[in-house]
Amino acid sequence: MDKNLKTILIAMAILVVLTPLGLLATGETFGEWGNEELKEKLGYVPPGIESLSSLWSAPMPDYTVPGLENSFAESAVGYIITAIIGGGLSLGALYLIGKLMASDKTE
Amino acid sequence: MHIPEGYLGPYTYIALFLIMVPIWLYAGYRVRKDLRSKQVPLLAISAAFSFVIMMFNMPIPGGSTGHMVGGAIIGIILGPWAAVVSISVALIIQALLFADGGVTAIGANCFNMAFVMPFSAYIIYKLISGKSEVTSMRRVAAAVIAGYISLTLAAGFTGFEFGIQPILHPAVNGEFPYMPYGLNVALPAMLSEHMLFFSILEGIMTGIILLYIQKSDPSLLEEKKVKSSAGQKTQPTAI
Repeated sequence: MDKNLKTILIAMAILVVLTPLGLLATGETFGEWGNEELKEKLGYVPPGIESLSSLWSAPMPDYTVPGLENSFAESAVGYIITAIIGGGLSLGALYLIGKLMASDKTE
Repeated sequence: MHIPEGYLGPYTYIALFLIMVPIWLYAGYRVRKDLRSKQVPLLAISAAFSFVIMMFNMPIPGGSTGHMVGGAIIGIILGPWAAVVSISVALIIQALLFADGGVTAIGANCFNMAFVMPFSAYIIYKLISGKSEVTSMRRVAAAVIAGYISLTLAAGFTGFEFGIQPILHPAVNGEFPYMPYGLNVALPAMLSEHMLFFSILEGIMTGIILLYIQKSDPSLLEEKKVKSSAGQKTQPTAI
């Protein structure tokens, strides 16, 4: 398993480095329009969407790092940084949850 | 398929939180009962994998974009209850830190991608695999089909949740307060782009990873009979 774990971690690192490929997809995903797109489509921003969209302000919206959004290269670096932060937090959170929960944790 | 903030009205997002709370609690109970220390690294990696794979947005003809979720392979390998926990955590981090999916829509997004998806994938994989050898090609086919159908189902639920908004919250002065497109638009849009593109990719990815596991560590695919700590009865290790 240890050797496999190493392989998996290397594969994960490669995936993270490749994430900026996901930035190349520029389009409007169905049901994920921004307020400007909605205004364009409908002529108005649905009031519920408008009022709820300011409910929570995420620190790195759309996987952008503040200050790193002026060029594709910057966005790509930001995207990789957010992949490391988000992937790392997911990894850490589940590791912690798993360690606390595993039924044979005393062994 | 991350539902953003404000697209679902309160009836829907509250209902889906109410549905998810017992699912989260029971999943926590099952993971506590069945998880072995040895499986913890794999569980942790599965959450990171799901997080990262969802960042790979892909363009499709027509101008829309979408992505894989990884929910099928996680459900198959770790079992559906562990998958609920793992993918939910990834989705919650995406909503809170990156505004990918609304905070009010966490219940909905977790229901679609962290519950419907791994459960349907697990059931389909089990049904098709039957009693076949863990290294058989039948298992690979089962994984591909499970990946395809499970992501399509998740997309269908997402489309349904979108589409009932105009019914639950009709237009006031010509303006819909939440998602303005009904079932006749949202359901076919979500289903077609997944059935034609993203679900195919999810199926292929699920199959490739399963094939890799068959070659590298097929024991992960066995339903080992282990003695449970509570008694002498045997149970599968999938959680």
